[in-house]
Amino acid sequence: MAMTATAGHAHADPHHIGVVIEHPGPAPKRIVTAYGFWIFLLSDIVMFSCFFAAYAVLSGQTADGPKGSEIFEQRNVAIETVCLLLSSFTCGMASIAADVRNRFWFYLAMAVTCVLGLIFLVIEFREFADLVARGYGPSRSAFLSAFFSLVGCHGLHVSAGVLWLLTMMAQVFAKGFRADILRRMTCFALFWHALDIIWVAVFSVVYLLGSGA
Amino acid sequence: MLGKLDWSAIPFDQPIPLAAGAVVLVAILAVLAWVVAKGHLPYLWHEWITSVDHKRIGVMYILLASVMLLRGGSDAIMMRIQQAVAYQSQGYLPPEHYNQIFSAHGTIMIFFVAMPFVIGLMNLVVPLQLGVRDVAFPTLNSVGFWMTATGALLVNISLVVGEFARTGWLAFPPLSELSYSPGVGVDYYAWSLQISGVGTLVAGINLVTTVLKLRTKGMNYLRMPMFCWTTLASNLLIVAAFPILTATLAMLLLDRYLGFHFFTNEAGGNVMMFMNLIWAWGHPEVYILVLPAFGIFSEVVSTFSGKALFGYRSMVLATMAICVISFMVWLHHFFTMGAGPDVNAIFGIASMIIAVPTGVKIYNWLFTMYGGRIRFATPMLWAVGFMVTFIVGGLTGVLLAVPPADFMLHNSMFLVAHFHNVIIGGVLFGAFAGFEYWFPKAFGFRLDERWGRAAFWFTFLGFYVTFMPLYIAGMLGMTRRMQHYDVAAWRPWMIVAAVGMAVLTIGVIGQIVQLVVSIRNREALRDRTGDPWDGRSLEWATSSPPPVFNFAFNPDVRGEDAYWDMKVHARQQSLEHDRPDYQDIEMPRNSPTGFVCAFFATIMGFALIWHIWWMVVLGGLGAWATFVVFAWRDHDEYVIPAEDVAAIDRINREERRGLVSMAGTV
Repeated sequence: MAMTATAGHAHADPHHIGVVIEHPGPAPKRIVTAYGFWIFLLSDIVMFSCFFAAYAVLSGQTADGPKGSEIFEQRNVAIETVCLLLSSFTCGMASIAADVRNRFWFYLAMAVTCVLGLIFLVIEFREFADLVARGYGPSRSAFLSAFFSLVGCHGLHVSAGVLWLLTMMAQVFAKGFRADILRRMTCFALFWHALDIIWVAVFSVVYLLGSGA
Repeated sequence: MLGKLDWSAIPFDQPIPLAAGAVVLVAILAVLAWVVAKGHLPYLWHEWITSVDHKRIGVMYILLASVMLLRGGSDAIMMRIQQAVAYQSQGYLPPEHYNQIFSAHGTIMIFFVAMPFVIGLMNLVVPLQLGVRDVAFPTLNSVGFWMTATGALLVNISLVVGEFARTGWLAFPPLSELSYSPGVGVDYYAWSLQISGVGTLVAGINLVTTVLKLRTKGMNYLRMPMFCWTTLASNLLIVAAFPILTATLAMLLLDRYLGFHFFTNEAGGNVMMFMNLIWAWGHPEVYILVLPAFGIFSEVVSTFSGKALFGYRSMVLATMAICVISFMVWLHHFFTMGAGPDVNAIFGIASMIIAVPTGVKIYNWLFTMYGGRIRFATPMLWAVGFMVTFIVGGLTGVLLAVPPADFMLHNSMFLVAHFHNVIIGGVLFGAFAGFEYWFPKAFGFRLDERWGRAAFWFTFLGFYVTFMPLYIAGMLGMTRRMQHYDVAAWRPWMIVAAVGMAVLTIGVIGQIVQLVVSIRNREALRDRTGDPWDGRSLEWATSSPPPVFNFAFNPDVRGEDAYWDMKVHARQQSLEHDRPDYQDIEMPRNSPTGFVCAFFATIMGFALIWHIWWMVVLGGLGAWATFVVFAWRDHDEYVIPAEDVAAIDRINREERRGLVSMAGTV
């Protein structure tokens, strides 16, 4: 072919091991989309790491306000954690259902995921509202600023995830399991699982360490 | 209803911003009127504004950067004049205005000139060099560009509606907190950077994915042109560093809007945390800008020396080393802020270590030129000018990396001279070299060489006359950002710097004239072969401007300098004469998503700045609805039939045949 050149084959085998590995060409769309979304998730995790760092720096700066151990409710946090971990499982079920093109199980698994996400959000919202009502809002101390921002940032992500989840269900309802919609579903699943991982870190760094101190 | 916004936001008592704003507004309206009257609006909408073609988006990025360069340059001229006249007097700029000008100058030059310029060049060139048809996410690419444009627009709106930050380009707290900066200036700053930051992140994700996942057949990592490598490194840094900026500005905004205490003096806030966070973004940012410039110089030096790049592998290694080490030196921006001798020593040494891979690069370029047949075309002039200038800037940087020296020079004019030395001498010279080098590729005709040379020499000399005196003023103890001063010893140097600024301005005007002259003489400067410089990488293997699909066939790469190999090989074997078998090509359809999204983002940003909450909700809903509409469309691609591909490709193939038989003999 016209665009071909055979000169310089030596470079493909720099160490002269006799094996020439040629790059096969552009990756298929499914791979490219998921890969790009992975990169986005990494950047999102970098953003979270800043809020974690800020929390670590400011967690002792209570300005004579409450410490973590005085305001954290272990029981609520345990329920929240169970909800999120279970929702990750049901989200996985939804992915499998989408792969085998089963609408019933897809809707069911997505709906359960959505309900679990909403329960999580309600509990978190009530925790926040209760703290604000007791005068322990984010402007009370630097510790509370960092706490509300870190946990709230995760909560905002879950809210966005629920919105995306509902949009995803509507898309499957309207368009079926088209290739582009399945690609989006892959991204959504990655997003939801990533939020789970971040929650594990929030649970450990904020609630477990905070309750002990 | 309108939040904090009322008539007092318009500075009727200040003639300078008002007149400048009026001129810009008239210019925009005149251009718009001309576009509408000539009937170009549909063309503009279909071919540019809604385009998802990486080449078009790249050109729009560069256009945005060029316009903003004029805005940031005007700020620079005003500051140089102020410091030249404000000896034992107040000069002509009152302090609150002067403070806005130096803040706006830094913000604009970094975020809305340097960033869009290098991102534009990467967008334009990288898919071509990789031998592929587009970037990984074409529509997101358009969204990213328009988000950047939104940020630029908000900064410019602040000229006439309200004010800009008076805090310097990084808005250090506690000065930037509500108690010390109660106006909307810092809000303009923060929201425009948040919005354009989304655009930058999207561009970063897009280009990383493109380089890692979308290379043509046979384009192994170690066959990629150096510009692709530096693009990869730079965009990895974007993905890793920009979220830090987003988080930091979010914390500052929470402090300002909701009474949080991240960086306040009260209730346990920690100002040093801001310093650490902002520079953990800020130092990698320097390399985000300069690495692509290094890539451009690598391409230019190799092409105009007629040789393969010397030490290709060491260059790759140096690039990736800089990419990693750039995250380990941030503390050298605040040696004086009490970190202690041990920490300072470690960061001082790390900062000096980063000069090693940079030195490797300089030697590689020199050895590429050594023994080559050098053609001093305009891009090559910028490259050689860069090497000389950047070494000076690098050496003063090594000086500043020594903590005891930094204690004397911190926040002085010496520092100002240093970072202008590396940013102008490195990034801007690189951007101009890339502009001259790839302009024929983007538009199909070359730029006028005579005006190009004139512009280079004026800019080059103007740079030295402007910034060398600032080194001396810094040594004489002059601190940065002074609205006026009483020390007689500084005055002569400020006057010389102002003269230098005039020479620099002539250089910029020279580039504008070059553009106008070249457009008028475009028939004489036409490049029909697609390979005006006897290039070595794949972007020169297609016509100028390239067809929308870039390549009729995905090129099959067998080594470094892919196109050079093809030319040499075709000369030996006459392979250019076979009859290619054309196929249908699928391309992504244009989409107004990016433009509409940016429209809503502008509304939302403006509303957030002025606390107009209903408008914030409206803008947010609009942006979300835009994405849903985009997600709902059924046809995201269109097909270019094989016969059309053949018709487009044959013309260029004919022109190129003559050229190929000449390759390697020039």
